[in-house]
Amino acid sequence: MPHLPFIVAAYTVTLGGLGALLMLSWRRMKRAERALDGEP
Amino acid sequence: MSLLWRLIRRDLQLMAGRPGEWLMPLMFFLLVAILLPFAIGPEPRLLARLAPGLLWVGALLASLMPVSGLFALDAADGTLDQLAVRGIATETLATARMLALWIGFGLPLLLAAPLAAMLLNLEADVLLKLLPGLAAGTLGLSALAVVAASVTLGARGGGGLVALLVVPLAIPVLLFGSRPMEPGAPGLALASSLLLAAVAPFAAGAALRAGRG
Amino acid sequence: MAAPDFHALANPLRFQRLAVALTPWLLALGLGFLAVGLGIGLFVAPPDYLQGETVRILYVHVPSAWFAMGGYLGMMLASLAAMIWKHPLASLSVRAIAPVGATFAAICLVTGSIWGRPTWGTWWVWDGRLTSMLVLFLLYLGVIALIHLHDDKARGLKMAGVLAVVGSINLPIIKFSVEWWNTLHQPASIRLSGSSIHPDMLTPLMFSAVGFLLLFAALVFMRMRALIAEQRLEVRSLRRVARAG
Repeated sequence: MPHLPFIVAAYTVTLGGLGALLMLSWRRMKRAERALDGEP
Repeated sequence: MSLLWRLIRRDLQLMAGRPGEWLMPLMFFLLVAILLPFAIGPEPRLLARLAPGLLWVGALLASLMPVSGLFALDAADGTLDQLAVRGIATETLATARMLALWIGFGLPLLLAAPLAAMLLNLEADVLLKLLPGLAAGTLGLSALAVVAASVTLGARGGGGLVALLVVPLAIPVLLFGSRPMEPGAPGLALASSLLLAAVAPFAAGAALRAGRG
Repeated sequence: MAAPDFHALANPLRFQRLAVALTPWLLALGLGFLAVGLGIGLFVAPPDYLQGETVRILYVHVPSAWFAMGGYLGMMLASLAAMIWKHPLASLSVRAIAPVGATFAAICLVTGSIWGRPTWGTWWVWDGRLTSMLVLFLLYLGVIALIHLHDDKARGLKMAGVLAVVGSINLPIIKFSVEWWNTLHQPASIRLSGSSIHPDMLTPLMFSAVGFLLLFAALVFMRMRALIAEQRLEVRSLRRVARAG
């Protein structure tokens, strides 16, 4: 069985999963803090 | 000591007054045993091979049934608050409930196990080795039921949530209990059950207190 | 709901300032270490004698396992701190850690499955480590479910904390029982060819692991910042309602 597609798949899942989580957490954090600072 | 015994007796009396509470889990357990041959065929040797594991799965699933009502009634009618006012620790209540459940759930199950074993063509010598493991294991399952009940009091999610909480924690008891012919397994089943029984009153006590305050 | 306690708010404010200062560093260093580790692992490190190139999956599979487990331990410590010292941030951090740890566990399971396919021919193998990680993933799901299925959020957090402690106490027994079960039936195992890891593989693994750790911390800090800000927003809107009424 060729190895490359499996390595690519595993790394994609990892970086994709981490990346998605990072982006979602970042967006949620920014949204909450912006709303907090936006009003008096 | 006598307080604990009084609480246990009260629970058992209530259970005796509501036969559905202990009959339905028992019924479920037997239904699981009846279900298997329909699903995989009636070949006796195959059934006998799967029987110990299946009886344990049946016991585990049956133990999930009493969970939703374990503390709900006492919480609803103010009994939990009354016990707190009288200075009775939630840990004591949890211990009593666990032991009462062990008797009310485990004992009928043990008595029904030979019937289920017969349906699945389990050999007598294997059954004899299985029973002590089941006796010890139902203590662990009762402990988990009490923890699950205390922690899901007032939560949505029903039986699915309870299963999600109980199944991972029940795996050691299940692994050890369902292999009565493996050397050392029954002892390990007892040990894991005792650990669960030791932890459960404190965990459930903390959860019940947190739910009140 | 009671009026906001200003003393309790002062502490989260200090934490917020610390978190704001740390977050960019944790992110930058974490991504840096990860890039170096995975770069070396993918292109420089040697292939395995028996498994060939697929052993490179180790550099993402192993660190995710480590910190999935570490995260659960962190939740347990946070829950104990919440129960013993009633620290308001401690129970909040359970909520911050849970989805991060669950994601790491899921990544471990999926990469483990992908690794197993070319090595052993099947998409899933009930070996000791993968099975234990599956149970850990279920324990994470239980904590997350308790947080969200209670209508009273604060109560759900406390219950989730109790589960985190019970789960942590049981984890060693679960791992032991799974290993015991495994040696009985001896299925294929996802392991390296030798019992000790080749030193040329250790460097990228360590870099990758540090990257995973720093990113885990960054994620938890970001979630804490979001949760604290959302909490303060809710207090603020409640105060407005009280003033208007």
